[in-house]
Amino acid sequence: MSYGPLLFLGILFTLASSWVGLVLMPQRQLGALGQHTDTNTAAVYPQARAGEAQQGAEHYRALGCVYCHTQQVRPEGYGADIARGWGRRRTVSRDYIHDKPVMLGTMRTGPDLTNIGERQSDYSWHYKHLYNPQITSAGSVMPPYPFLFETRPIGPMGPSTNALALEGAFAPAPGHEVVPTLRARQLVEYLRSLKSSGDLPEAPVKKEEAQ
Amino acid sequence: MSSTTASKTLQAILPGDFSNEDFRRAKLAEIDASCRTPVLFFFVSGLLWLLAGTLFALVASIKLHTPGFLAGWESLTFGIVRTVHLNTVVYGFCSQAAVGVAIWLMCRLCRVPLVAPGIVTVANLFYNVGVTVGIGGILAGDSTGIEWLEMPRYATPILFVSYALIAVWTIITFRLRAERHLYVSQWYLLAAVLWFPWLYGTAQVMLIVEPVRGVVQAAVNWWFAHNVLGLWFTPIGLAAIYYFIPKVIGRPIHSYYLSVLGFWSLALFYNWNGMHHLVGGPLPAWMITVSIVASVMMLIPVLTVAINHHSTMIGHFGKLRHSPTLRFIVFGAVSYTLASLQGVLSALRSFSEVAHFTHHTVAHAHLGMYAFFAMVMFGSMYYILPRITGREWPSNALISVHFWGVAIGIVLYVVVLSAAGLQQGRMMNDPTVKFLDVVKFTIPYLQIRTVSGLLLALGHAAFVVNFGWLLVRMFAPYRKPVVSILAGAEIASPSGK
Repeated sequence: MSYGPLLFLGILFTLASSWVGLVLMPQRQLGALGQHTDTNTAAVYPQARAGEAQQGAEHYRALGCVYCHTQQVRPEGYGADIARGWGRRRTVSRDYIHDKPVMLGTMRTGPDLTNIGERQSDYSWHYKHLYNPQITSAGSVMPPYPFLFETRPIGPMGPSTNALALEGAFAPAPGHEVVPTLRARQLVEYLRSLKSSGDLPEAPVKKEEAQ
Repeated sequence: MSSTTASKTLQAILPGDFSNEDFRRAKLAEIDASCRTPVLFFFVSGLLWLLAGTLFALVASIKLHTPGFLAGWESLTFGIVRTVHLNTVVYGFCSQAAVGVAIWLMCRLCRVPLVAPGIVTVANLFYNVGVTVGIGGILAGDSTGIEWLEMPRYATPILFVSYALIAVWTIITFRLRAERHLYVSQWYLLAAVLWFPWLYGTAQVMLIVEPVRGVVQAAVNWWFAHNVLGLWFTPIGLAAIYYFIPKVIGRPIHSYYLSVLGFWSLALFYNWNGMHHLVGGPLPAWMITVSIVASVMMLIPVLTVAINHHSTMIGHFGKLRHSPTLRFIVFGAVSYTLASLQGVLSALRSFSEVAHFTHHTVAHAHLGMYAFFAMVMFGSMYYILPRITGREWPSNALISVHFWGVAIGIVLYVVVLSAAGLQQGRMMNDPTVKFLDVVKFTIPYLQIRTVSGLLLALGHAAFVVNFGWLLVRMFAPYRKPVVSILAGAEIASPSGK
């Protein structure tokens, strides 16, 4: 096989085949996928994220949360995603149309977060968990994020209403309080916005569970 | 030899006439000298990135079983440090070693000196500026969040210029070839330098410059990320194996026809594999199915190449004791077979149901990128460096420390995490097991991973010291070399004691 042009064309055409098949065809099929409007309730799904939650997504991306947490629920009967309560239905292409970038993830060092906003909506749980995961989930290998919080002396007006209720070994020095920074607040808004359970024709939510 | 016969012999020598031994040696020396500066630049900067990447790897590994370690440093949080590790070793070390090896191999096989080597050196400078800016961006929180493409958009155009220069220069060398016969390694090298800029360009445009909508991003992401392995690193690694095994043992490759079959089946099937990273995910079933089918078809190139490489070695395993190059290359060749078979298995729906999302995948990635690719690069460097510098390796003991450190380290890594990952997957698929119990189950295995990381670091340190020593010797007066033969050194000195 010493004929250069043949080699060159072969190299070109083989990669062109999968470029058409796995890049161009998905773009043709899904590149313009839009929201779904329920004909009975006029509910539109999925909704774009509100400003603060969208800013929180940037922190989720920058801190690399995606390397330990997936955002995809596999179908019932394939793995235990639904049995573990990570979602009421599998996730489908339409769930992700607003995400830039799409952070499906490939590793579950920690649990799936597709519906964390639905599973855990308590602000104070999220703040404590981010400040130090050992407070809420002893034995976890998730890193603490102390740099998303400010430890400061309690002011003359008394403790801030935002201050974390920390006890025991996790409490700050006497006379001090731990308050979430803007970034922590945005990140928690993002986590609370994670809900992919809208009823879609291609992925119906089981009726008895939906109520 | 009288002067008349000498001039007759000289007249008989045509350009590229490699049947004449003196001419052949002179030509090889000329080729090696032309490659010296650019290849050294790629190897030296690659190794510096390897050291940095090893350090980041250790920090990441420790953090995953001891989360309080360096927890106050935002730039070293696990999600960042792990990403910095991947990008330093993949783009800093592996890609640069690959380019160095590819350029030297291409010149040797085409039997032409590198034209204007300064341009390739400039490409190297561009490349290192690009990687430095990219790594700095990730540390500063500018990661794109797209796996294998984390470097921010202000770094990647610099890298693209470098890739384009390297591709153009490889093609120019290929066009100027004095040897019309093409060896199998040249097919792979040519393919790799043509494929990579296409992959990288597509991914940059569709994911970062003008992102496509929704899960199409995931499709493009894994089409790219799998092809970086399959169409950039794998072809260069296979080109090196195809070159060095026959070269070191002095025997032609087992079968030419298997080489042809192996190359074209890889070209046909590998680039369709990417979607098997998304089994069970929110993409149309046809895409994932197509990739699973292509992954199983990979058995053809993998087994073909395995038969070809390993059959060439049969009867010559004794030479592994002597040649450092052969040791690393054969270790890499065997790992390529194993990594590919593990990859085929992991693509199957039933296996993926358990192994996906676990440390099994992490082990698989290291079997491919390290036990196969990095080992082949080490082996190639052991062969190339004495030839381009004109100096032998200063210390055989350090070569042994390098080999055994990384060999034991990576075997421990892959075996332990592959097994632990499967159990982790089984536990996750049992909804009665609490998630935190799955996490706690993995911790001892993650600690073993840190131990294996220390062994790898030891090996890398030995290599870098030996390399630095060799560079010092390069600028010192020439001394009678001691040839790098690891065992049975007495056969190396024909003149006797």
